[in-house]
Amino acid sequence: MNGAVSDSAAGASPAPAWSKPRRGLAAVRVLIRITVPVMAGLILGAVILALLGRNPWTFYSDLFRAGLISHQGWQAMLTRLAPLLLMSAGYVVAFRAGLWNIGGDGQFLLAAAFVAGLSPTLVAGLPRPLALLLLGLLGMAVGGVWTLLPSYLKAWFGVNEIITTVMMSFIGMNLAALLIKEAWRTESVMVPQTDAVPLDQLLPRLGGTTIHAGIIVAGVVVLAVWYVLRYTATGLRLTVLGASPAAARHAGLPVRRLIVGAFFASGALVGLGAALEILGVWGYMRADWNPKFGLALFALVFLARLDPLGAAPLATFYAVLDIGGHEAARTASLDSDFILVLVGLILLCLAAWQVLRLPAGERLTWWRCLGDRLRLRDTP
Amino acid sequence: MEHTGAPRTGGALEGTRTQPLVRLCGITKRYPGVIANDAIDLELHSREIHCLLGENGAGKTTLMRILAGLAKPDAGSLVFEGRPVLFRSPGEALAAGVGMVHQHPTLVPTFTVLENLLLVGGRRCAGEPWRDRGSRSRGLLGRGFRLPRKEAETAFGELAQRLGAPVDPHAVVGRLPLGQQQWVEILRALWTGPRLLILDEPTARLAPQEAAALLASLRSLKDGGTAVVLITHKLREALQVADRITVLRAGRVAGVIGPERLDAVRASGAEEPALLESEIVGLMFGERGVSAEELELAGAGRARSRSTTGRAPAPALPPTPVVLSVRDLTVAPRRQEVGLHSVSFSLRAGEIFGIAGVDGNGQKELAEALAGERPVRRGSIVLDGRDVTKAGVAARYELGLRFVTDDRLGQGLIPSLPVSLNLMLKRIGRPPWWSRTGRLSRTALLREAERLIQAFEIKTPNPEATAGALSGGNLQRLILARELADRPRVVVYLRPTQGLDARTALAVRRRIEEMAAQGVAAAVISTDLDELLSVCGRIGVLYRGHLLEVVENDGPGVEYKIGGLMVGAPMGGRLAAGADLDGDGASEELHNRERAANHELTSQPDEPTSQGDESTPRLG
Repeated sequence: MNGAVSDSAAGASPAPAWSKPRRGLAAVRVLIRITVPVMAGLILGAVILALLGRNPWTFYSDLFRAGLISHQGWQAMLTRLAPLLLMSAGYVVAFRAGLWNIGGDGQFLLAAAFVAGLSPTLVAGLPRPLALLLLGLLGMAVGGVWTLLPSYLKAWFGVNEIITTVMMSFIGMNLAALLIKEAWRTESVMVPQTDAVPLDQLLPRLGGTTIHAGIIVAGVVVLAVWYVLRYTATGLRLTVLGASPAAARHAGLPVRRLIVGAFFASGALVGLGAALEILGVWGYMRADWNPKFGLALFALVFLARLDPLGAAPLATFYAVLDIGGHEAARTASLDSDFILVLVGLILLCLAAWQVLRLPAGERLTWWRCLGDRLRLRDTP
Repeated sequence: MEHTGAPRTGGALEGTRTQPLVRLCGITKRYPGVIANDAIDLELHSREIHCLLGENGAGKTTLMRILAGLAKPDAGSLVFEGRPVLFRSPGEALAAGVGMVHQHPTLVPTFTVLENLLLVGGRRCAGEPWRDRGSRSRGLLGRGFRLPRKEAETAFGELAQRLGAPVDPHAVVGRLPLGQQQWVEILRALWTGPRLLILDEPTARLAPQEAAALLASLRSLKDGGTAVVLITHKLREALQVADRITVLRAGRVAGVIGPERLDAVRASGAEEPALLESEIVGLMFGERGVSAEELELAGAGRARSRSTTGRAPAPALPPTPVVLSVRDLTVAPRRQEVGLHSVSFSLRAGEIFGIAGVDGNGQKELAEALAGERPVRRGSIVLDGRDVTKAGVAARYELGLRFVTDDRLGQGLIPSLPVSLNLMLKRIGRPPWWSRTGRLSRTALLREAERLIQAFEIKTPNPEATAGALSGGNLQRLILARELADRPRVVVYLRPTQGLDARTALAVRRRIEEMAAQGVAAAVISTDLDELLSVCGRIGVLYRGHLLEVVENDGPGVEYKIGGLMVGAPMGGRLAAGADLDGDGASEELHNRERAANHELTSQPDEPTSQGDESTPRLG
């Protein structure tokens, strides 16, 4: 790891296509690229708050206090961050290979349902570390398996994965609810949910806080994904495939295997996120539970330019908004849907900024690049 | 402006004819690195079919795009019916009465035939004067909110009947066979009733009898008063229908053949057409003595091919072992492609084998099938005695089978990645550059990159610069470095000097020859016949996915023979004996008809040549 860091510090990085030779300047650019539109989004949100007769200043200070500054706030935020980090890492892997995994929510809920449904049995029958390990792997397996159909259709028949992953997502979400109602429904409460496992039998807390050990797992996995993408042959193969499928074929890369592999890894990371959320926060799952992390996070990750480390601050920001926003909305007696409005505004500003900051000649190129990524490709 | 060495056969009588409909004066169009049109003069008359002939890149399409308002000339003027005009958009050209059928499909595949026509605008009523039509907006489509389907349907019926085009107006275009789509393209170009109709290789995608029908309807259009421009690669077609032929070469007018000569030839007996054909082939491919600078620059290569006419053939030396042997290679065509049909040939160590042909006759298919990028339907590829037909790209690269692609930025390289990684694209994950765990060793990578950059003289600020920043010549050097590194055995070059300036092109040819001298076998697939003549020992011709006769590049007249084969002219040599051009009996019949047509035209006995190469496919 040390070698890796010094390598990147020494000069231009080997792997990422978008790295600029002058790193210092690039860092400033990235900072501007993110902060300016985020501020713009918050200002637009303030205008709406003022129109609704609320004090924007109070709202935002409540938000950041509850989501970041207060003792309870930062702990809740870090707890929320674990699944978000893993999910964004999952998206990044697919993005890097030029694939769109839009079905994160379905993969997440289905993996969560399996983990929640099987955890009472496993925890009761096995030593805790082994049970947790198996449940984590189970989440990964379920998430990964749920991408197999779209990736097979994509790799062999060139079927657009955007459509298929969205469809699989609907099926996955409803299948999760169905499984909880039919197979794993508890008899202890009336609402359809799984048997609850006491949290103290699941993921351990970190010294004196409410944060569970999942955040460590998430951090390590994100670093590992970053390392693989940046410094290994596998990462380069995915980058080549994502940059140009024609060149990947020309270079003799196993395009079909890469597509299936990248998709599986993407789903598995999302599934691991789900497992951590169940094992660290809930201990059970309700049939109607859906945190809807997928779409907002997806857009944020896309704007982070497909880098796992770049996505981390954005995921953190989203966690702050999510945690603090609900608190602030409650205080201001607003519906918590206002948080989604705020997230949407920020995303809109981020996307607009991407286009506006380009010189006129390149604006078209950016959209064309997006178009190229969206295009239905022919069968490799 | 003078047409260097151009015989202006038709010039004498021009004055007596009516004023030309369109006069192009000194049209010049430059693209980065190329002059597509170099001071071209051209006159187009009503009631005439004007054929434009010339090699790929001769400037035919560019010239016509200028006329159709799709490109702006850098210099020169356009006179339409005696009035100078400047078409700033295709709409303006359309309004003035210029219709164009493009080489590549331009229809909306999900629309019906009629909807595609309605997009263009209204059908001009008979007798409605052109000048009063201000713009497209006065077409049927623009007249109101409602789509005038009924009226359009009636108008369509009339037009289709007049042309003898059997097209259902309500069929969805994407579901029609290619031949029918081509008819729709033509109908759309005629929809507004143009006075000048330009067709860019309209018969390339048509079956022979469809092509014949199209040519017949062009004649009737001409008789109706329309001026027709026909861009074609098929010499026979041109001689069949043309009233006037202009040959372009390297952006200039190489020669004009007027109506009198053509009429005379068509009326005359056996000898004349063949004579004219060879004259035209000569104009298209022939003595490129036009530009002194070019000759000087490319001097060595060209001079040798011209003065000694071809390389000294190999027989003096003992034959080297066969390195690559391709048998019966058949590849299914993809959209807009011809595929490959039973291609067989073999390469000996150190041999440079040329594959000529007009673009789009199976070049890409052959190169990619050899490199392992395309599934092979039938046949075998044997490299150094090993059957590699089932092997993938990476395995073939490892065994020494390399492919220098012509799509450098799209396929060959990744512009956003650094030069160093682009040099290693086909060796990702291999030691010593990657460790067993798959970690990249930056020092090993840089060492290898520096070595190749130096050996192949790639001009790059440093190995970490992105490949996209390199110039065209350096991109090609980068690809050559990657493909020729690490003991190549056979190299397939696809249009290796495409888009390169003369100096770099020469260096690339030198590199090909150097590698051959080291015993590397080469297959050079190129549309530039001069290039093949200057480097290759034997030359085969790809025509509609078939490898026709393989010709020894050993003496005068070779270029005429190959040139003839390339354009499907019957003069050079016949289709290889017994070769069934489309691989099944039904199309064999079509080809018999086609040959009968040749026969009619040239009145020469249509016998297969007895001369055949061992590598010519024989199915019968």
